[in-house]
Amino acid sequence: MTLRLLAGAVVVAFVAAFPALAGNYPVKLLHEILIWGIFAMSLDLLMGYAGMVSFGHSAFWGIGGYVAALALKQSPGLVSGFVLPALVAALGALVIGYFSIRVSGVYFIMLTLAFSQMFYALTFQSAWLGAEDGIVGVPRARVFGADLTAATPFHVCVLVVVAATIVVLWRVVRSPFGHVLAGIHENENRMQAVGYPVARYKLLAFVIAGAVAGVAGSLYTQLVGSITPDAFLWTTSGEALLMVIIGGTGTLGGAVLGAAAFILLQSLVSTYTERWMLILGLTFILFVLFAPGGLVGALRGRVGIRG
Amino acid sequence: MFAPDLFSQALNGLSYGVLLFLLSVGLTLIFGMLDVVNLAHGSFYMLGAYAGLATIALSGNYWLALLAAPLAVGVIGALMEIAVLRPLYRRDPLDQVLLTFGFIYLFEDLVKWIWGGRIRSIPPPDLFAGSVTIFGATVPSYRLFVIVFGLVMAVALFLLIERTRLGAIIRAGVYDAEMTAGMGINVPLVFTGVFAFGAALGGLSGVIAGPIQSAAPPMGAGILVPALIVVVVGGLGSLKGSLAGSLIIGQAETFGKVWLPGASMVMIYVVMALVVLLRPHGLFGRPLK
Amino acid sequence: MTAPALLAIEDLSRSFGALRALNGVSLAVGRHERRAIIGPNGAGKTTLFNVITGDLAPSAGRVVFEGAAITALPRHQIARRGISRSFQRTNVFPRLSVLENLRLAAAATGRGSYDMLGSVSRLAAPLARAREVAEAVGLVERLAEPAGRLSYGEQRQLEVGIALATGPKLLLLDEPTAGMSPEETARMTRLLMALPREITLLIIEHDMDVVFSLADQISVLHHGEVLTEGAPDSVRADPRVYEVYLGTGDE
Repeated sequence: MTLRLLAGAVVVAFVAAFPALAGNYPVKLLHEILIWGIFAMSLDLLMGYAGMVSFGHSAFWGIGGYVAALALKQSPGLVSGFVLPALVAALGALVIGYFSIRVSGVYFIMLTLAFSQMFYALTFQSAWLGAEDGIVGVPRARVFGADLTAATPFHVCVLVVVAATIVVLWRVVRSPFGHVLAGIHENENRMQAVGYPVARYKLLAFVIAGAVAGVAGSLYTQLVGSITPDAFLWTTSGEALLMVIIGGTGTLGGAVLGAAAFILLQSLVSTYTERWMLILGLTFILFVLFAPGGLVGALRGRVGIRG
Repeated sequence: MFAPDLFSQALNGLSYGVLLFLLSVGLTLIFGMLDVVNLAHGSFYMLGAYAGLATIALSGNYWLALLAAPLAVGVIGALMEIAVLRPLYRRDPLDQVLLTFGFIYLFEDLVKWIWGGRIRSIPPPDLFAGSVTIFGATVPSYRLFVIVFGLVMAVALFLLIERTRLGAIIRAGVYDAEMTAGMGINVPLVFTGVFAFGAALGGLSGVIAGPIQSAAPPMGAGILVPALIVVVVGGLGSLKGSLAGSLIIGQAETFGKVWLPGASMVMIYVVMALVVLLRPHGLFGRPLK
Repeated sequence: MTAPALLAIEDLSRSFGALRALNGVSLAVGRHERRAIIGPNGAGKTTLFNVITGDLAPSAGRVVFEGAAITALPRHQIARRGISRSFQRTNVFPRLSVLENLRLAAAATGRGSYDMLGSVSRLAAPLARAREVAEAVGLVERLAEPAGRLSYGEQRQLEVGIALATGPKLLLLDEPTAGMSPEETARMTRLLMALPREITLLIIEHDMDVVFSLADQISVLHHGEVLTEGAPDSVRADPRVYEVYLGTGDE
C-alpha cells in the first residue's frame, strides 16, 4: 500500500514540476495527455462502470470545445472557459442520451455514432462556425485573477482540473449511485426487476460523462487555440475508446495511462518510424485479445496487488 | 423528358448506390450471422481498391483486377476472422466490435507503408473509357457499366442466397446460429466463409470504385458510415434491405448535395437516428427479440 | 372469501404468433395467501409470471394489484409497488459479493441511491436488510463470496434472497427448487415455509412435495387456461389433474 502511495506521489511531483524540467514541446505533450486523459476518464465512467459503449462521446468534447471557442472570444472568463462548456455539453448529453438509451449494445453504438457525426456535418457546413476550418484565434480564459495564457497558470489549471476529475469520479464510482451503475453493468435485467429505474440512472451517468468531456474539450481548445469539426468525428470517439481499453477499462486512472500511451506513440514513435498507426492498431488488438485488463491490469499483476 | 442534369445526377446516385450495396451486403451478412458490426469493413473497400491497383500495375488488365481484388480481400478477411475474431466468440460481441476498430488503423497504415499516402488513380478499362450521351446528358460509360454490373450482382446474390443450399445455410445461420450448429452444420467454417465472402464483396466494391474516386488510404473510413446507415435503414441481416437502403441513401446523398448543400450531410444521420429509434430492425430486418 | 384479492388476474390472454400461451386466465390471490401454480410444461405458467411483472404485455385482459390496474406499467414500477420475483434460470450478479447482491435489491426502492458522493456504508437500512435476508436464506457464511462462485443450490437460495430483499408484499417464485438435490430441496422448502406470513406467495412448482407442504390453494394451468383451483386435497383428488400430467412424466 505504501509502495503505491509513494509511487503515486513521485508521479504527481514529477508531473507538477515538469515545466521546470522540460521544454515547450514536451510540456505541450503532457498537457495533451492530461486533457485527453480527462476525456477518456469520462468515457471510462460510461464504459467501464455503467457498461455503455459509446462511439459518440466526441459529441460532448466537440460541444465543449465549440462553446468555449465562441464564448472565450466574447469574454474570456471562468464562465466562458469552464462553466458554459460543461453546462451545454451536459444539456447535449441529456438530449442525445434520452434518445440513445432506449436502445443498447450494437444499436447504442450506432446511434451514438450517428449523433456525433450529425454534429460533424452541422459544424462542417455552418459558415458561422467557421465551416471546415472551424474557429481559430481562441484566447485562454482568465480565472481567479490569473491569465491562463501564461504557461504556469495554465499548467496549474490543467493539473487542478485533472485532480478534480479524478477525485470526483473516484467518489462517484464508490458512491451508492456508482454501485447502482455496477449493478446495471452486471445484470441490467435484474436491476429492472428489483425496481431500479435503470434508464434514469444510465441517463444520469451519460450526462455526467458528457459534462466532463465538455470541460476536457474546452481545455483542449484553449491549449491549441482553435477547434475544428474533426473534434466530432466518430474516429475521435474511437481514439478515446482505444485509450480506455489500453489503459484498462473500469479503472479510471488507466484512462490517463492509455492517453499517455496513445499520444506518446503518436508523437515519439513517429520520430523514429512512420508506422505509429500500425503499432497502435496492433497494440490495441493485442490488448483486446490478451490483456483485457489493460495496462493497469498488467501492472497490478506484476506488483502482485489483487485487482 | 428528363432534364439532362437531373438524369446525370440520378445516374451518379445509382452508381454510388451500387458501391454502397456491395459494401453493405457484406456488413449486413456479417452482422446478421456473427453479431459483429465490422467497423473495419471500410478497410476491405480500401484494400480492394489497392489490390486492384496492384493487379493493374502488374498485368495492365482491369478485368483481371476485378477478379483478383475480391479474392485477395476475401483471403485477408478469412485470415482476420480465423486468427482474431474466432477466439472472441465466447466473449461479449462488443469486444469484437472494438477489435475491428483496431484493424482500421492496422490496415490503413499497412497500405500507406506499401503504397504511400498519395492519391492513386485507377484507370477504367479501355472498353469503358469513353462517355456516351443519353437523354441529352453526357455520362462516362464506366458509370453505366457500374450500374449494370451492380444489377447483375444483385440478381446473382439474390439467387445465391435464396435459391441455393449454401444460401439456405447462410440464411439459417443469420436467423439463428445456435440452431444451425445443432443441425450438424460446421458453423465455424460457415462463419469464416461468410466473413470472407462479405470481405470479398467489400473488396469488389473498392476495385470498382477505383476509376470513379481513386485510391487513398483514408477512403475506407469515409464510406463506412454511409454503409452503416444503409445497413441500419435496410435492416441488419437483410439482402433486400441492403439493396433498398443503398438505393435510397445513394440518391439521398447525391441529390442532397445538389439541392440542399447546407443540410445534405446532416440529413442521412437524421434518417439513421430516426430508424434506430422508431424501427430499429430497419425496413426489412427481423424484429428484435 | 369476502376480503378483496391482493392480486386479481382478469381474463388474461397472451399469444406469440399462432401460439396462445395464455387463453383467458382469471385468478385471484388473497392477502397472505400461499398459492401454488402447477401444470405441465408449456402450460403458460412462466408467461403468466412475465405478464404480472411487466416483462411481457398481454394481448388482452388485465392485472390488478391492491385494487389498481398495473397491466401497462413498466417493470420497475411494478416492482416498486411491492411485487417481487425470482427466476427459473438463476439471475444473480455473478461478480458482485452475496452481500452486495442483496444490498442492491434492498436499496432499490429507497432514495439513497442517487447519492453520488457519499458512501454505501452510510446507507444503513439496506445493509441491515441484506444481512437479515442472508440469514433467512442461509447464506450468512457466504456474504463476501462473489455470487458466481456459489454452488448451484446456494445460487438458488440467493435467487430467492434477492427477490425477498426488496421487501415485497407479493413474492413470485418461479420453480425455486429447479435442478436441486433432495437435500437442497428440503432446505429450500424449510426456508420458504419460514417466510413471514405477511408476504403473499405465488409459486410455480413441479415438485409436488414442495407444493403440498407450502400451498394453501393450488391453481392448475393447462394449455394456457385454468383447469381447476382449490385446496390441495381437492386438487390432489381431481382426476382431470391426474390426466393432464399423465404422459408428461412430471413429478
